[in-house]
Amino acid sequence: MNTFMGYERPNGDIGIRNHLLIIPTVICSNQVCSRIMQLVPGTVAIPHQHGCSQIGADKERTFEVLAGTGKNPNVGGVIVISLGCEVVDPYALADDIRKTGKPVEVFDIQSVGGSVKAIKHGTELARRMLEELERQPKVPIPLSRLKVAVKCGGSDATSGLASNPALGAAADALIAAGGTVVIGETTEIIGAEHVLAQRCATPDTAERLYHIVGRFEREVERMGADMRGGNPSPGNIEGGLSTIEEKSLGCISKCGKAPIKGVIEYAERLPEGGLYFMDSPGNDIECVSGMAAGGVHIVCFTTGRGTPTGAAVVPVIKITGNKRMYDRMEDNMDVDVSAMLEGAMSLESAGERIWQEILEIADGKWTKSETLGHQEFSINRIGPSL
Amino acid sequence: MKQQIADGVDALIMDNRDHVATVLREIMSGDTVRYRDDHGIREITAIDLIPFGHKIAIEVLDTGDDVCKYGEIIGRACFAILVGQHVHVHNIEGIRGRGDRAGKAGT
Repeated sequence: MNTFMGYERPNGDIGIRNHLLIIPTVICSNQVCSRIMQLVPGTVAIPHQHGCSQIGADKERTFEVLAGTGKNPNVGGVIVISLGCEVVDPYALADDIRKTGKPVEVFDIQSVGGSVKAIKHGTELARRMLEELERQPKVPIPLSRLKVAVKCGGSDATSGLASNPALGAAADALIAAGGTVVIGETTEIIGAEHVLAQRCATPDTAERLYHIVGRFEREVERMGADMRGGNPSPGNIEGGLSTIEEKSLGCISKCGKAPIKGVIEYAERLPEGGLYFMDSPGNDIECVSGMAAGGVHIVCFTTGRGTPTGAAVVPVIKITGNKRMYDRMEDNMDVDVSAMLEGAMSLESAGERIWQEILEIADGKWTKSETLGHQEFSINRIGPSL
Repeated sequence: MKQQIADGVDALIMDNRDHVATVLREIMSGDTVRYRDDHGIREITAIDLIPFGHKIAIEVLDTGDDVCKYGEIIGRACFAILVGQHVHVHNIEGIRGRGDRAGKAGT
């Protein structure tokens, strides 16, 4: 299979889902957005804690994540709902998303006249826009257009031994087909950055990788505490991981063996073709939300401890090498590669199994997290609340 | 992975330079633990209970020695460690991300 069925966007992007996204510019409009989502099934709202009392790069980061989520190619249309007095400019946000050519509506609760009127207005807009989206046909899309993020969370010893190397084999297959892969979690390459730096395509990229790891480690040191206990987390430790170095060395195999073409900022748009590193925290939801804002279509997520997390606009494929956890949490897991640890599944066939799942999910099959309605969303902060 | 995991082993090393192996089942003190390296199957005797997915020492380590897994340094021994002992947070520590030691000599 060299193509899958997806959606073509006016700017030439391709999507594998056709979401109508409802974006609150500030925490104060969360409830209005959530009500509209309840009243119009098929819409996705992304409530969050931010959008006001923020300045500088921290304010810009919130804007970039909201704008990037709206611009994500899995989104077909957007409604921006503002309170009316916050620091994130709703009209600038709507204009930025409109550059993609997709339909964007924007209004504020103060002008419309309060929650009830805002919910009514938003519901009418959402119903009309969703009807339009449902009329859009799917078309064949070459595999080379696919952008996939690799992530691990709730890791244990099986992650580094089985699920991460298996995901790496699938990542290599996508890059060989001309596709794009992004790995992140700057915190979780501490102690393994020298291995990844050797794989950077240019000395500048290697230097940038060392720079972002150094910056993260200085932040940890500023807290005056050992990072062990925060990362590796109590669950990672119970699962057999003793230090951040051990966790990192087990993490990096999930991106395969391709050269790293560049280091991009959190939520920055991902270039086309090859492997990239996104400077991002290890925190699952913040990291995945940054990758979705960067324009990935799918997140492949390995876990040994087990986590139900999904994401607002991208399918999250859950992969595990832990048989006991798979048997307990099958509802949340898409791919089981635990037979690798029993000698009953080769690395190649585990990679192939994940690759097939990626193709089916791209073609429209729902992940477990989508079926269960997991739509987690979280924005990384880099400044104080004022 | 260093090699295809064969049936009949209880633990896995990721590189021939490793000081530790990861156990693939719960190990009781006194159990024989089999792992494979480039020279074939090796056998050691566990001297601790070792939970699934945790590490067993396959080399003797002194206090302050680097500890290797994946052929890379994963931390440092805080105590002398014997072959067959459980290797984890009680006897090894991370070297990186040590804000508790920031600015102190010897880190």
